[in-house]
Amino acid sequence: MATTADHFQAHSEEHGHHDHEHKPAFFARWFMSTNHKDIGTMYLIFAIIAGIVGGAFSGMMRVELAHPGIQYLDTFARWFGAVNPDFNTTLHTWNVLITAHGLIMVFFMVMPAMIGGFGNWFVPLMIGAPDMAFPRMNNISFWMTVAGFFSLLCSAFVPGGTGNGAGTGWTVYAPLSTSGSPGPAVDFGIFALHLAGAGSIMGAINFITTILNMRAPGMTLHKMPLFVWSMLVTAFLLLLSLPVLAAAVTMLLTDRNFGTTFFDASGGGDPILYQHLFWFFGHPEVYIMILPGFGMISQIVSTFSKKPVFGYLGMAYAMVAIGVVGFIVWAHHMYATGLSVNTKMYFTAATMVIAVPTGIKIFSWVATMWGGSVEFKSPMVWALGFIFLFTVGGVTGVVLANGGVDDVMHDTYYVVAHFHYVLSLGAVTALFAGFYYWFPKMSGKMHSEFLAHVHFVIFFIGVNMIFFPMHFLGLQGMPRRYPDYAEAYEYWNHIATIGYMVMATSLVVWFINIIYAYAAGKKAEDNYWGEGATTLEWTLSSPPPFHQFETLPVIGETAHH
Amino acid sequence: MTFGKISHGLGQTIGAFGLSAAAALTAVVPAFAQEAPASTPVAAATAAAGSYTPMKPVEGIGMPIDGAYGLQTQFSKTGEYGEWIHNIILMPIITAICVLVLILLVIIAVRFNRRANPVASKTSHNTILEVVWTLVPVLILIGIAVPSIDLIAKQYKPAPEGALTIKVTGNQWFWTYGYPDNGDFEVISNMLNVPGAPTINNGVREVGSKPWDGPSHLEVDNRMVVPVGEPIRLQITAADVIHSFAVPSLWFKLDAVPGRINEKVLVVEKPGVYYGQCSELCGAKHGYMPIAVEALPRDKYNAWVLTHAGAQIDTGKKKPAAAAAVPAPAADASEAAPAADATAEAE
Repeated sequence: MATTADHFQAHSEEHGHHDHEHKPAFFARWFMSTNHKDIGTMYLIFAIIAGIVGGAFSGMMRVELAHPGIQYLDTFARWFGAVNPDFNTTLHTWNVLITAHGLIMVFFMVMPAMIGGFGNWFVPLMIGAPDMAFPRMNNISFWMTVAGFFSLLCSAFVPGGTGNGAGTGWTVYAPLSTSGSPGPAVDFGIFALHLAGAGSIMGAINFITTILNMRAPGMTLHKMPLFVWSMLVTAFLLLLSLPVLAAAVTMLLTDRNFGTTFFDASGGGDPILYQHLFWFFGHPEVYIMILPGFGMISQIVSTFSKKPVFGYLGMAYAMVAIGVVGFIVWAHHMYATGLSVNTKMYFTAATMVIAVPTGIKIFSWVATMWGGSVEFKSPMVWALGFIFLFTVGGVTGVVLANGGVDDVMHDTYYVVAHFHYVLSLGAVTALFAGFYYWFPKMSGKMHSEFLAHVHFVIFFIGVNMIFFPMHFLGLQGMPRRYPDYAEAYEYWNHIATIGYMVMATSLVVWFINIIYAYAAGKKAEDNYWGEGATTLEWTLSSPPPFHQFETLPVIGETAHH
Repeated sequence: MTFGKISHGLGQTIGAFGLSAAAALTAVVPAFAQEAPASTPVAAATAAAGSYTPMKPVEGIGMPIDGAYGLQTQFSKTGEYGEWIHNIILMPIITAICVLVLILLVIIAVRFNRRANPVASKTSHNTILEVVWTLVPVLILIGIAVPSIDLIAKQYKPAPEGALTIKVTGNQWFWTYGYPDNGDFEVISNMLNVPGAPTINNGVREVGSKPWDGPSHLEVDNRMVVPVGEPIRLQITAADVIHSFAVPSLWFKLDAVPGRINEKVLVVEKPGVYYGQCSELCGAKHGYMPIAVEALPRDKYNAWVLTHAGAQIDTGKKKPAAAAAVPAPAADASEAAPAADATAEAE
């Protein structure tokens, strides 16, 4: 049985320089692009820009939270166009910041980078396909995401109730988002979700079709690299969950503007219905954000251990299991809403089940490295960081899974710490691992390994300083989404704010590294990571030709162990 | 004023023993139940006029502590159970898992780096190992699930018939507490303004202006006063958007949803002041609608009740402790109007 994804042999790979790549002119190439690599590049640049905006918002939040009292929000309110803001408007600005930070990081940073960026770039390369199945749909997916981002930015400058901008939280709970937020800001926010969601659904269709139909001859599903497996599962999650979000926010829109009462008890509706719909999307969404990261980490760990991935089939089906179970645990986000006792018990048990496939993944990565000849190149140190940080975030998830314990944790900083450990420290760390792994392949230029290691060390210290103290704040009862707090929460909040500055410094190192690569970086070889890198993208030049695999590679029956 | 002094003193005594074990707590509660009948006539005589001085909270009890890294000390049965599950079961397990992964990563870095192990093995399967690391987590999770499910079951135990009902309503941005069993008066609870900061609530005094004021951002003008040691049926709803009634030291959090009434039992084990904060984003002043629960012995609670216009003492005669003691119902009945009783039954 062919059970590993290593040692692909591209039997008839013709690569090297194509003399006539037929690259279109600038406008046609970048604005009407149908090339998966160009679109992937645009997604990555877009994600970096959105990440800077979302990261700046978190910086504004952390500086406000450094001390009790309101220090800077008044200034920020003026930035969003408020003239002489009263206290409510000032406080509303806080809610705009938390809302925008969440939506931007989820929909316009992590998802575009993971799926649109690395997915677009490397799924066709890894399966030996010339491009995505629907190149033009690929293009509109990207531009709808961009349009969604602009819709969200617009919302910050129009009235949203007590001040400019949508101050509903990224969850947009009714009735705060309906009767509680008059003005067009929330409508702009909802439209942003529609656009980004439609773009993602089209992207998902594209990935599913590409992966199921365009694999190179000989590449069975069970020989696909794990990154491609992760994208396949992610695409199915997107396809099944996003329409539910689209429905939920459309119902919000009609509740807001057309007199329906889906979520209004006075008209026979129910605010809790919105939460069920939202989290039926929202929980798969968190796996959408982390599964591609799992895939990348699997490739990286295998490459730098010079070993095939341990338990390949277990790894692939663990992701499938996470995806399936991810659809039946949503109400653990709603333990405090007044669920019935049996519902709460069910969701407690179901949620804990997810720890099993996640544990399989962690242990399989460790087993992949065990007995390997591990090289600590920059992607590998980021991957090691990922494995540890994701473990920490995962175990606090097991704590939160307990409905009875969640009574004291729900909506406190413990939850904030948990989901930032799996996302900010998990997904983002995986993104940086993937970035350093593939950046020379994409750009043709080698980055500085030294700067990449410095970036890792500073980032690792910084994010742990930000988010580890949040566990303590949460256990002591500090609620989320507060611009101001009792003096007893000052100590750890202050440390978290210092941690933010450390983390921000690491990003400067990252940008310097990118500039260095383009200005002075060595030319990247085809397979700059050496013998451990065995997937098909390493058989191509760096950067790959504009159109690759004009003759399809054939995947042979390689010897297995 | 007498009551103020007593409760003040009581608060400090509690503070001294605040960290004592659960066994000590259980001993305290029956003591109150036994004392109650004897002291009722005296209390009733004083209470008839109604008197109340807010209790001074004890530093570090029922409120967060700066720089602390654990749960707040718990003052309810479910809280003690939950704290036990968290501290004794969950924390050791999750710490052990993290340490295990860390140790494995360190071993890999030391033993399997390129210099120490130039030739990588090609092992990619070990069925027994894979079965083990699937089954062991399953067993661990079952071990966690048993007490965890039990905790949920205990939390959902319905209130006994005749339990005092308090109706909690979340508003933008304050709480109101209705006492249907005590003549249906309503307490409006606003956060106290913070000196030097913009006014949060017009017409409300500043925190620290009274000797019994607790921490800023947590103290309110009118606390939710409850009798200690009795099961209280909290019915929680909201008037505008979703809020959440949360008190960390009582292990209590339940959303206030407009159009719904969420119900849950609260039993506070010791007299004291317990602070909490709104825990569901509800608009601009979400951060400025704290909750302060003041638990008083029954006689002092009755005295507090009678400070309100049209207030009545609830009979509570269907409560087991009161029903067992003969004098208690008589004493209570002399004060309670039948109407209040009927209201309680209707609910």
